[in-house]
Amino acid sequence: MSDSTVIRVVDVSKRFIIRKDNSLKERLVNARRSKENKEEFWALDRVSFDVQSGHTMGLIGANGSGKSTLLKLIGGILTPTSGFVERRGRLAALLELGAGFHGDLTGRENVYLNASILGLTRRQTDQYFDAIVDFAGIEPFIDTQVKFYSSGMYVRLAFAVAVHVDPEILLVDEVLAVGDEPFQRKCLDRIKQFQHDGRTIILVTHSLEQVRQMCDRVILLEVGKVVVDGDPSQAVRHFRDANVEVDQQEQEARDHLVRIENVRLTDDRGQDRSTFDSGAAVSVEFDLVPLGPAVEDWGCGVAFSDVSGMTFAGTNTILQGLEPAALRHRTHIRFGFDGLPLSEGQYFIAVAVHPEHGYDYHRIDRAASFLIHTDSADPGVLLLHPKIEIT
Amino acid sequence: MTQTSERTLAGASNGRDLAHQPHGLERVNAPQPFLRGFVGTAREVLNYHELLGNLVRKELKIKYKDSVLGLLWSLLLPLVQLLVYWFVIGNFLAAGTIPYYGVFIFAGLAVWTLFAEIVSTATTSIVYNAGLVKKVYFPRELFPLAATGAALVNFLFQLAILVAAVVLAGIGSGHWPDPSKAALPVLALLALVVFATGLGLLLAAANVHLRDIQHLIAIVLMMWFWLTPIIYSVSRVGEKLPGPVYDLYLLNPMASVVFAFQEFFWPQGEGTVYQFTGDVYLRLLATIAFSVVFLWFAQRVFARAQGNFAQEL
Repeated sequence: MSDSTVIRVVDVSKRFIIRKDNSLKERLVNARRSKENKEEFWALDRVSFDVQSGHTMGLIGANGSGKSTLLKLIGGILTPTSGFVERRGRLAALLELGAGFHGDLTGRENVYLNASILGLTRRQTDQYFDAIVDFAGIEPFIDTQVKFYSSGMYVRLAFAVAVHVDPEILLVDEVLAVGDEPFQRKCLDRIKQFQHDGRTIILVTHSLEQVRQMCDRVILLEVGKVVVDGDPSQAVRHFRDANVEVDQQEQEARDHLVRIENVRLTDDRGQDRSTFDSGAAVSVEFDLVPLGPAVEDWGCGVAFSDVSGMTFAGTNTILQGLEPAALRHRTHIRFGFDGLPLSEGQYFIAVAVHPEHGYDYHRIDRAASFLIHTDSADPGVLLLHPKIEIT
Repeated sequence: MTQTSERTLAGASNGRDLAHQPHGLERVNAPQPFLRGFVGTAREVLNYHELLGNLVRKELKIKYKDSVLGLLWSLLLPLVQLLVYWFVIGNFLAAGTIPYYGVFIFAGLAVWTLFAEIVSTATTSIVYNAGLVKKVYFPRELFPLAATGAALVNFLFQLAILVAAVVLAGIGSGHWPDPSKAALPVLALLALVVFATGLGLLLAAANVHLRDIQHLIAIVLMMWFWLTPIIYSVSRVGEKLPGPVYDLYLLNPMASVVFAFQEFFWPQGEGTVYQFTGDVYLRLLATIAFSVVFLWFAQRVFARAQGNFAQEL
């Protein structure tokens, strides 16, 4: 513990009790069975850590792992069942944008109300008002009731208020994924400005990309326990490794003409693998099984997508100009890629068999997944190795 | 702005916490012993007075937003109520012998409306603001207090009507309120606000766990209204009820408040049998003393309960 500690979480546990009845009648009627109507679970289990001033810490974990609960405990919205939280300095929690907004009030009235909820005085709000409206970019509508706002305008105004609060500690819960692209960039710039000013930020997000870019420390939570606390790429890698199970949501084989089986990934020596170094050779192998008579008109292909679902590469036998013989029996296919210059992350393979025109015979969207490990922290899908000259 | 400092100061006083405090770190939501902590919370609420003002403004604005008559509606209801009681009870039910019956009722009705509004809106204040309670930290006491504030603003309008009625009655009867009794309505309001706020805090916390409270309170308030000498004279109650029961009846804090208002704003009743004959000052002071203790108790219960609000909503 050093002088610059601004947040201390000491052995914090939080138990939630879920009651299934809530009216007097139900409770009286069920009095004897009231124990059966209670379910409890530990949202957080003996969590401890310190955060030093000026750091940006990411909290990651699957849904229900306790990230938001932890943030609320730090923010003072919930009280821990055991353990305690200490902190120093003014805090602003962006747990939900526009939590204090009321649809019947105008944008202007809401700005003042929300600002005072977040701890600004009226004079400070007066001072920031133009900047807030300008940041949100909704000047013509500022005197309109916010219930008439588009959802984009609404969150933009809410975010604009929140970032003008000038906190020493900022808690952010997945609110950065709002608004259109330019506005998102504006928000990220603002967060970076905060970092630059030496403020402490705790960020809950599902965007691992964001975590890698913005945080200097990451805590990975799994069912209420701290699994990893440390370097972002280490935590992110650990999290991805835990998520490898491929969800084999197969599309029903259309017309039952051909079926894809046995999709696997192999390295240059033909070994099954699910983890590769960036730039390594990767082969996608699978079998095609015709279920009925011979299929004359066919092709097959593979496509790569990232965790966000964006397909960034793909090809098929028809595009490659191949004209293979009719499919009569089980046929083994191998797509070999000499080297995938991908950056750190998890990727998915889609496999399909299809006629030249028309619907796929069979398609598996997430037929396999693999991880790329690198030492580089470069963002994006492609890992380029530029030669940089500074003259 | 310092969201936790006051709390922490109060919490740190039990020594054990001091050992945990490195370099000015402050404990979030430090547990407070039941008996202490009221002053700390009160100070914290004071720090948030600006937000309290904004919340009151919000309550008032959204209540009548998009309605043509707006705030007039909050006047219309008690006015119509007044007219109905005046006609039905004053004329048909032979309570008409009470001089200046309209002023008599309205003196009681105005304070009753204030009381009922504070209690019923404070009761639902935490549940209706669930979105805020779950997402933002500030003293939860502000919600019931904002309900009280909004009710007080509405009361000002009623007070204006009452004063107008008193002036008209004064011109008609030649009896004017006695300035030496001006402390009566002030003390009465103090008693009412403190008592109603305490009740509101208690019920608001209870309503989070048991939503039946908000329905139950409507019925209780209706019964309470008829048990308070607002539209009938207390002298009839004294005749009908046996002594001990009558004494019990007079323990109603709202009775003292109503007596005080009637005594000041209804000088036409001076010396008639319809006026309360006991010592109103003494009753008011006792009510205030009780209400202050009650408010303290209610706030302590509220403080206990509030740690769980965010997860119960």
